[in-house]
Amino acid sequence: MYQYDHYDQAMVEARVAEFRDQARRRLEGKLTEDQFKPLRLMNGLYLQLHAYMLRVAIPYGTLDARQMEMLADIADKYDRGYGHFTTRQNIQYNWIRLEDAADILADLATVGMHAIQTSGNCIRNISSDHFAGAAADEVVDPRPYAELMRQWSSFHPEFTYLPRKFKIAVIASAKDRAAMRLHDIGVRIVKRGEEIGAAFYAGGGMGRTPMIAPLIRDFVPIDQFITYAEACLRVYNRYGRRDNKYKARIKILVHELGAAEYTRQVEEEFAHLLSVGVEPPREELARIAEHFAPPAFVDGPKTVDRSDPDFALWVDRNTHRHKHDAYVSAVISLKPAGGIPGDATSDQMRLVAKLARDYSFDEVRVMHTQNLLLPHVRIADLQAVWTSLDAAGLGSANMDTIEDIIACPGLDYCSLANARSIPLAQRISERFAATGRTEVVGELKLKISGCINACGHHHAGHIGILGVDKKGVENYQLSLGGSEAEDVALAKITGPGFDEDGVIAAVEKVTDIYLAQRTNGERFLDTYRRIGMEPFKEALYG
Amino acid sequence: MGDTRNLGTSPDEVQFRFRDDEPVDHAAVTVDACCDQTNATAVRIEPGDDARVLLPFLGRLALVEVNFPGFGDGRGYSAARILREAGYAGELRAVGDVLIDQLSHMRRCGFDSFAPDQRLDEEDARRAFATWENVYQHAADRRRTIAEMRHEA
Repeated sequence: MYQYDHYDQAMVEARVAEFRDQARRRLEGKLTEDQFKPLRLMNGLYLQLHAYMLRVAIPYGTLDARQMEMLADIADKYDRGYGHFTTRQNIQYNWIRLEDAADILADLATVGMHAIQTSGNCIRNISSDHFAGAAADEVVDPRPYAELMRQWSSFHPEFTYLPRKFKIAVIASAKDRAAMRLHDIGVRIVKRGEEIGAAFYAGGGMGRTPMIAPLIRDFVPIDQFITYAEACLRVYNRYGRRDNKYKARIKILVHELGAAEYTRQVEEEFAHLLSVGVEPPREELARIAEHFAPPAFVDGPKTVDRSDPDFALWVDRNTHRHKHDAYVSAVISLKPAGGIPGDATSDQMRLVAKLARDYSFDEVRVMHTQNLLLPHVRIADLQAVWTSLDAAGLGSANMDTIEDIIACPGLDYCSLANARSIPLAQRISERFAATGRTEVVGELKLKISGCINACGHHHAGHIGILGVDKKGVENYQLSLGGSEAEDVALAKITGPGFDEDGVIAAVEKVTDIYLAQRTNGERFLDTYRRIGMEPFKEALYG
Repeated sequence: MGDTRNLGTSPDEVQFRFRDDEPVDHAAVTVDACCDQTNATAVRIEPGDDARVLLPFLGRLALVEVNFPGFGDGRGYSAARILREAGYAGELRAVGDVLIDQLSHMRRCGFDSFAPDQRLDEEDARRAFATWENVYQHAADRRRTIAEMRHEA
């Protein structure tokens, strides 16, 4: 994976020094809170309900054991012994003191980590396919392209005060495991013949106005990749709405102009920028790609001993096909039944780091589903890995099941939330685990947001739940049929909302209908698409 | 020019200037007025103005002011780069709600003079201009990027 050279290291250290100076000026009263706020946000520091929250960047979700151990140390030293992995492959600490923030950033910098642009109206941390470099179906490893974008977007002088935040995802396979088309810009690295290029999608997003990004260019030659991104951003920076923060995302610009007109403006800017010359030298991509050279895989057994049914179930559920047939990628579930989705204790983080070192070429990934992943595990080592995970409460065999819930922090932490998300996720996963229905139902992606901002991706859930405030009482709207994958779709609301008990019962009813109606091999989403909303409505409200 | 006398900043309002030539000592006109008049040498761009309409007149302009009514509105950064990319070599002045922590980015986008509404602490500003020993991206300042340094022979 990518290792900082002295240039990258100096940039991160310069940022720590800059932030320390900003914090000093804030304390000396030279900066007002209004002036300081965007500066601290661009260093990942939010003010939540009870304390500051620090969001640490994990570029394209890839980190090594040493970095994971640092995340554990920070959880112990500055927080309450745990952290929360997020839908953008980052980690958040929920109980941070402002006075400690610069020291935490300095600690992170010692292992090539930071909180740069994890918030604020700037280009955020770039996300990618969590199976990158391991997936059997990828065209190339997308991470070198994401790293090229990381460097380009870090401290970009023109794009630090955009109309609104800006999220980019980079993938390189037909399958979409990064919700690519629900990003401000989604990039798919593709091949045309032997030539590598990038397909650009622009104007997707969730939030209060969910939109699926249209394709605006099917092939940008790879040596013009950054120039094209710069053109997309410049048009947005100049013409994105600034009169209303709820209409300021690029999706509104693309929608209001129309994709064709936005594309025309981008192409015009692109032609101009090609003449200016903003592309990094070609050799830079090659240099970065060397860091992502495949590890030295060795042949070995291709099957496991299935005599332990719990282990066999975990292998079936939580491992993913690898490009080398003696290996798999192993998903570490952070969704124990009744647990808080995405939370990990410092001890769990240290165990994952150790397993990465011992069994996965020193690599860990954070998944947008708020789980962790060992990308390259020998099939021969799976039993040992699972035994260790299971002993640490990390062995749940529930990837992509109804227990694998994405949930935002909700009213337990967030000052924007209208309703709690976490307790609902806990009760649903507990209930389905207890009744044994999780396995019967199979793949079913449930996503919960505690407010309209949709951090819990409810628009993209096979089942989505949105918490709203109804005259001072938490109320939950149910929606069906969303997907963040290559079959991307936005979920539709079933009808009037429910109280907390009611929505849990409603989720069960929805799975009743599915189980009664499914034909062989159909996932919940397939059945919904075949039979439509009516049978579900009938069961819920009839 | 009577009605535009109050538009623009005067040289003594400029706190930082990275040029050796004599500053223009008369008021700026609006972008619309600049396009109509043939003799204006100083113009002021507001966030909603399209900097590109000035491109035919760059030859006669000696001062372009870019106004930042609020520091969070970043359109002026694009305006500045667009002018420099078109070859504008005159003074490019950031005016308005210009704060310490925007200085280094503004400098990279081609601004070479600064007239903040509130005078800035000289020492803090000096440090801010020097924030980035090296840079990742190409911009109007034409600095060699980190990627270029990595690959030079």
